[in-house]
Amino acid sequence: MGKVFAATLIVIALASAMPIILHTWEPPADISTHGRLIDEQMSETMAEAGVAFLAAQLILAWLVWRFSNRPKNEKIQHFPGGARGLVAAAVIVVGIEVMALGIFGAKAWAAIYFTPPSANALPIQAQAGQFAFYFRYPGADGKFGPIHPEMVNEGNLNFFGLDTTHDADSKDDIVTAELAVPVNREIHLLMHSKDVGHSFFIRELRIQQDFVPGLDLAVHFTATKPGKYEILCTQLCGLGHYNMKAYLKVMSQSDFDNWLKQKAALQ
Amino acid sequence: MHDKSAHAARHRVPPTGFIRKYIFSTDHKVIGEQYYGLALAAVFIGMVLSWIMRIHLAWPAAAIPGMQLLFKNGAPGGVLTPEYYLQLMTMHGTIMVFFVLTTAPLAGFGNYFLPIQVGAEDMPFPRLNMLSFWVTFGAFLVAIAAFFVPQGPPLSGWTAYAPLSALGEVAGPGQGTGQVLWAVSIAIFCVGQLLGTLNFISATLDMRCQGMGLMRLPLTVWAWFITACISLTAFAVLMPACILLVLDHVAGTSFFVPSNLVVNDQLQPHAGGSTLLWQHLFWFFGHPEVYIAIVPAMGIVSHVLITNMRRPLLSHKAIIYSMVAIAFLSYMVYGHHMFVSGMNPYSSIAFSLPTLAITIPSTIMVLIWIGSLYGSKLRINTASLFALGFISMFVSGGITGFFLAQPSLDIMLHATYFVVGHFHLVMAVAALFGIFAGTYFWFPKVTGRMMNETLGKVHFWFTFVGAYCIFMPFHYLGMAGNVRRYQAFVDDFMAPLMPVHKFITIAALITGAAQLIFLYNLIHSRFWGELAPQNPWEGTSLEWSIPSPPPFDNFAGKLPVVYHDPYQYDIEGATNDYVMQDSPASINSVRGEK
Repeated sequence: MGKVFAATLIVIALASAMPIILHTWEPPADISTHGRLIDEQMSETMAEAGVAFLAAQLILAWLVWRFSNRPKNEKIQHFPGGARGLVAAAVIVVGIEVMALGIFGAKAWAAIYFTPPSANALPIQAQAGQFAFYFRYPGADGKFGPIHPEMVNEGNLNFFGLDTTHDADSKDDIVTAELAVPVNREIHLLMHSKDVGHSFFIRELRIQQDFVPGLDLAVHFTATKPGKYEILCTQLCGLGHYNMKAYLKVMSQSDFDNWLKQKAALQ
Repeated sequence: MHDKSAHAARHRVPPTGFIRKYIFSTDHKVIGEQYYGLALAAVFIGMVLSWIMRIHLAWPAAAIPGMQLLFKNGAPGGVLTPEYYLQLMTMHGTIMVFFVLTTAPLAGFGNYFLPIQVGAEDMPFPRLNMLSFWVTFGAFLVAIAAFFVPQGPPLSGWTAYAPLSALGEVAGPGQGTGQVLWAVSIAIFCVGQLLGTLNFISATLDMRCQGMGLMRLPLTVWAWFITACISLTAFAVLMPACILLVLDHVAGTSFFVPSNLVVNDQLQPHAGGSTLLWQHLFWFFGHPEVYIAIVPAMGIVSHVLITNMRRPLLSHKAIIYSMVAIAFLSYMVYGHHMFVSGMNPYSSIAFSLPTLAITIPSTIMVLIWIGSLYGSKLRINTASLFALGFISMFVSGGITGFFLAQPSLDIMLHATYFVVGHFHLVMAVAALFGIFAGTYFWFPKVTGRMMNETLGKVHFWFTFVGAYCIFMPFHYLGMAGNVRRYQAFVDDFMAPLMPVHKFITIAALITGAAQLIFLYNLIHSRFWGELAPQNPWEGTSLEWSIPSPPPFDNFAGKLPVVYHDPYQYDIEGATNDYVMQDSPASINSVRGEK
């Protein structure tokens, strides 16, 4: 029975590793300037984790194969070096390896979160609410008008609670249900939630950030490839959570200018 | 300090009435069985909920027979509504985490065996112990009651993130009464666990029999003691958090709700609360909770393996210190659940490094287990198979922690099925394997009868292969970008992943059905199993020195005296190959006799 266990474990370990080695399921290709660091870190971590996984499972299988149900007259043997060697290996080899992974891997995080957006980044406001995203562009004046929560009214299409009658800055603000951005231009996305917690996840853009009610958060990114990409809510927000999505449209600067003009005309 | 003299114990008279003996019993063994029974009932409820969810995920339009009878509002025509999917998911997580993974490994096995293994006649506070179970049982009833209120159970997940969980019915079905019941249930549950931990900690420190030094305690006792220490601080934080959440519902407070929230076009009458406060309080409990589930399994697996390897581990102390290190680190890492929550990005690094550091004590333990297998005379039985399965699952589930501990990778993996696969393997499946190993190992002691080994092995094979078939693919889905907590995958991106979901569902149904073999074995063996000898596995610790099942006060009024370290195997010259902890003969004299 010990040998059956060992054989089963070997099959499981190899079968588990196979889709990884064959790249059967992969995230979609990166379209951001920062994503390369994340992808590289992912590959390095996968290599280390994969080696550790296979080594541990195969060694476990071999030991069970070799040492299960031995004849009564055989003697117990001791692992050469005893516990001391194993503890040292755990601390020195695995410990240093994993800590190094974390310390060097932090540069990918730092590249995104420790650097401020550049001065000419395009500010766009994103609002999450049950169960839709809305986006606001500041218009020609470059300023977002103030938000009046008491004026939020989806029935009147006043998603952000803007007072266009009294607030001069709000008059030229452009509100949309999709996020269009010019390619290769840094975007400074200013995020807030209208009601409960939500999240903003674009796989291709290697961005995931929660919307936290009561907090104004921001992310910045540069999309490098024109196209249409899914924006998902990944923070459980209620019964319509699975259907809460919008699209990111990455377009050339001239297409973006035209798009913005069209949207401005609809306001 | 407790009087440790061998004659100090008084012979207590066992209760005679049915109610005092089996219902409101103060006997730690009955309480242990009650906790185990509660976990058993809960795990089958939780499993059926997961079946329903899995069927719905694989075939979203399928009518599940009987659903409309069980859940009138939730499943018109037998097809789950989106909200009911989330409600079942919330209850699945709540029932499994709290009422299975917290109760069985610590309160179930620990209550039964800790006093026996330290050489005590009972827990130091038997009435508190009884109260602990009944309070926990009350919490379970309150949680289950959420199914029967008009809007059903809450839909905010077992993590109950505010303000979704704090706003009331306006935030969704079940977010009113159902969510309040949830928070009340968990607050009560915390009280039950806190009462239990007092007993575990004081029994370990103060009830040890003569000769039972701390380093002579079996690894199970160390594991339960460490787990109780974690529980004491973790539940002490979760309880006030849940009370504040209830107040936000019923007293108009705003602990977790900031101002200016607009739900359904209504400005909410709250101001000044903090959304992140809930997350901090919850995960301050939530991450240690993982270790509350898994550390007892580490102890049980060590105990079972040592007995079946016929040798002590390469290092007893390395396992103890590793468990202590894990318990200590568990409080410094909880922020890794919140990397993308808007917390200060510098704190992510501060939480990331201790999380990665947990790899070190975990690796030490795995290497000690594996290194001890080398040269051993491993006996293969159902208990040892589950213990070996635990090591495999713990490695598989733990290694994916490399990824999730890194904030930059969490950007891609957070809230995906990768996380679901990770915590199910390392927390749920590994802990369950510990529970199964403990069950097959100690069943003869508890009932006086053996479990059927053939059925046990069939159960093991289905469960071992099945668990991998279910939870490995979760990782692949997550890496491809399949997000979690969705009731259907309707978009172009996730639709191609549906065959994987179907495979997982079929594996889950088969693996779940195989648990009925376990249930049958458990019930059948209890009444009709082969009679068990006192020490069927040739163990050395104190539970094997008393009859099966143990008498009311464990040691028949005479506390044992311990002369040896817990795992004296591989002793040449001994009658078999081992010396019991309470055997007065010195090891040298046993060796010399040859």
